[in-house]
Amino acid sequence: MIQDEDFKVSRRGVLLGGVATTAIASTLSPTSSAQTSLPQVEPVSLRFTVNGQSRELMLDTRVTLLDALREHLDLTGTKKGCDHGQCGACTVIVNGQRINSCLSLAVMHEGDEVTTIEGLGTPENMHPMQAAFVKHDGYQCGYCTPGQICSAVSVLEEIKAGIPSHVTEDITAEVGMTNDEMRERMSGNICRCGAYSNILDAMSEVAGEIA
Amino acid sequence: MKFIKPAQQNPIDQGRVVGKPTTRIDGPLKTTGTAVYSYEWKDVAPNAAYGFVVGAAVPTGRIRSFDLAAAQEAPGVLDIVTYKNAGPLGLGDFNTAPLLGGPKITHYHQAVALVIAETFEQARAAAGLVKVDYARGEGVYELSDQKDSADPTDAAPDSSQGDFQSAFERAAVKIDETYETANHAHAMMEPHATIAVWEGDELTVWSSNQMVEWGRQDIAKTLKISPDKVRLVAPYIGGGFGGKLFVRADAILAALGAKLVQRPVKVVLQRPLIFNNTVHRPSTIQRIRLGASQDGNITSVAHETWSGDLEGGGPEASTQASRPAYAGENRLMQTRLAVLNLPEGNAMRAPGDMPGSIAIEVAMDELAEKLGIDPVEFRVMNDTQVNPDDGKPFSRRKLVECLQRGASEFGWEKRPSPPASKRDGRWLVGMGVAAAIRGGPATKSAARVRLESSGKLVVETDMTDIGTGSYTILAQTAAEMLGLPLEQVEVRLGDSSFPVSAGSGGQWGATSSTSGVYAACVELREKVRMALGLNAEAELNFADGSVSDGSAERPLTDALATGPLEAEGEIDFESRGDDHSYFTFGAHFVEIGVDVHTAEIRIRRMLAVCDAGRIFNPVSARSQVIGGMTMGAGAALLEDLHVDARQGFFANHDLASYEVPVHMDIPHQECIFLDGDDPLASPMKGSGVGELGICGVSAAIGNAIYNATGIRVREHPITLDKLLDQMPEPV
Repeated sequence: MIQDEDFKVSRRGVLLGGVATTAIASTLSPTSSAQTSLPQVEPVSLRFTVNGQSRELMLDTRVTLLDALREHLDLTGTKKGCDHGQCGACTVIVNGQRINSCLSLAVMHEGDEVTTIEGLGTPENMHPMQAAFVKHDGYQCGYCTPGQICSAVSVLEEIKAGIPSHVTEDITAEVGMTNDEMRERMSGNICRCGAYSNILDAMSEVAGEIA
Repeated sequence: MKFIKPAQQNPIDQGRVVGKPTTRIDGPLKTTGTAVYSYEWKDVAPNAAYGFVVGAAVPTGRIRSFDLAAAQEAPGVLDIVTYKNAGPLGLGDFNTAPLLGGPKITHYHQAVALVIAETFEQARAAAGLVKVDYARGEGVYELSDQKDSADPTDAAPDSSQGDFQSAFERAAVKIDETYETANHAHAMMEPHATIAVWEGDELTVWSSNQMVEWGRQDIAKTLKISPDKVRLVAPYIGGGFGGKLFVRADAILAALGAKLVQRPVKVVLQRPLIFNNTVHRPSTIQRIRLGASQDGNITSVAHETWSGDLEGGGPEASTQASRPAYAGENRLMQTRLAVLNLPEGNAMRAPGDMPGSIAIEVAMDELAEKLGIDPVEFRVMNDTQVNPDDGKPFSRRKLVECLQRGASEFGWEKRPSPPASKRDGRWLVGMGVAAAIRGGPATKSAARVRLESSGKLVVETDMTDIGTGSYTILAQTAAEMLGLPLEQVEVRLGDSSFPVSAGSGGQWGATSSTSGVYAACVELREKVRMALGLNAEAELNFADGSVSDGSAERPLTDALATGPLEAEGEIDFESRGDDHSYFTFGAHFVEIGVDVHTAEIRIRRMLAVCDAGRIFNPVSARSQVIGGMTMGAGAALLEDLHVDARQGFFANHDLASYEVPVHMDIPHQECIFLDGDDPLASPMKGSGVGELGICGVSAAIGNAIYNATGIRVREHPITLDKLLDQMPEPV
């Protein structure tokens, strides 16, 4: 009877679709009545380059790149906002391309070159984009900021490289360094404090300098 | 120090540092990833174990039993906290729902267990093996269904002036409309997180919390220990917006877990849990009746509001927005509160005023149109320098100036008339206006300042910086008071071992906490005077690292011959509010485009003109205002926690399905502050603006959509499906 009630709830949850499924999966126990515990996960070795330094780790295969950085390498500048690829706070640059580090398992990055916010600059020696964020107040609480900055640096590179976006009017022409191109490409990085207008000012200044 | 009003001439008036546009002193840390947030304190707990929260899978009912065997046996698991081993817990003064559920379940995703393991991955995997048998209870979840059962509430008593009913009946022109606002999530970027460390019976928590002292008290109360045994540390907070005013499950479960496994435990609320586990801004139904004479003078104002919360919870006090807004002798304000079994409703940025401003400011637009009066002019005509709600004069009210300046800067004279008369390519274009009105409260706040032998001035207070810019304005205040450059001031915040401040909430933080630092600096200046034997009667002038009494000028460092000089001070506003009403004002102007074929809505321009007396730092104050405008744009166009009445929860409980504004949604934003001081407000002669920007802006957007399309939508958010079947035929 009790089993039935639980099964009913979770099956209904599954039928509700994606969102509810996520919720149910993270909160309800498995519906199978055969309760077995989990096997021990054997650690796997990983060698990669982080901010120019070679690093070697023995990791549980379930560790994300984000948690490898934060929990195993003490690089907490990269932030965990949602752990589901929905907010962009965990954005880092891997082999020259920005990714959501929460959506990527660390062990997939053997031999990769990872750049985090700490690799872009330091308080004493800021990257031009970091300095522009300070100058234009392109942040408030600061939590999404490392991800915004890693994205912003990459976005300018993507536009320079001529990679088109959703708002590119003519994908055969050169991509313009326009406000809408920057806004569209930055839209995976949520800032709940609402510093978007200032972030765009910061990016525009840096874009002007590199143009 | 008691604040005696009006504030007299004081060192802040020099304006060498305070009032100057100043980039944030914490900026280099935040932009390089070196500011440390709650989950990131490695050195204080290098051996911390990881806790993963299991949330209730039913909205009401009871836990019949747990089967924890499989989870307990899972690799790396140290132990599991549930109500069965947590011991008796109290309920915090600021909590409605218990933070650890069981056996009774109060709301969906209420925490029922914390699985603690050596690693995060182990804890998460084992949490999936926790088996809970629930006896699901009955519940009600829809405000519209419970509206008629809603009761008056002491938290927002009804009031009336004059005779609303007969004045409204007699009014030449009137409107009677009902508006709805949605449930909103704070959705701050840093999830609630805590590291808990016990040393004997003393608990330290590094916990993301806006109100350090309230937090310390409520943690103690919940755990049934003495507040003296609790230290709360929160120097960096990744956003709050009210969602971190109060202690949440992460703090209590981390503390319980750390006690259970006898080692530090860290807990972060996983994002999909936050929306139902924590608090939200409750949805409202609001009825507005406005009556005016033919020439546009408002004679009668009625604002009725309905919202829901858990048993014992509070209302969304939306009438707050109408009470001080406009003249009108005959008034009726009513608040009704229904009991719902949804997660706990609580304060979110400008509670009451924000959803209330949607109703009153759209209603004003509707009445202006009916009268054939421009909506800017209509608001100007009905301005009042006396708060009609309490009869007290406003300490400062420059709403008319904000409206007129904004109209001129924005090009309001080009507003399309009639509605739906302007096309720009495929876009119908319209403009909207609304007033921004939000209280300017101030409350007791203390600080400690210390002049160190290096010449550095250290400021310590338990004030928080949740993105508001507290670090910088407190440094500016101290620098101004002691005549030092900003770089020589170090500000330490968010630690309950520091003097108790006002904390961050209700827009009271800026003026209260700077006044607290001002008070401490007044004490320190006297200590400098005594240390240097300066004239006891003379006015001291602190400038460029020196102090002068008019006859002698001495370097400040001379005062440190016997060691550092330290002083504490506290500002007390108790007598401030007896004969004035304290508010901040602004005017929002918005230009909207609505796609003539698809009804897609895009914001094209936004301007806010604001006034709050002296603005301590125009850089961070502007960011606070545009941040409020952005969040208000979300409420107007996107944000809606959808109630699933079958499951009894908010269905869209993550950042993919609860949509907040992103870069592409927000155009360039302008913010102008009027010049001037408010000596009645505080020694700093100004008020905070952290919540002013979100008040009225959603209404301005709705009014602009009406102007663009001729369609009046009274249920926010205004999504394109609410426009589509009424869109004018494309020409």
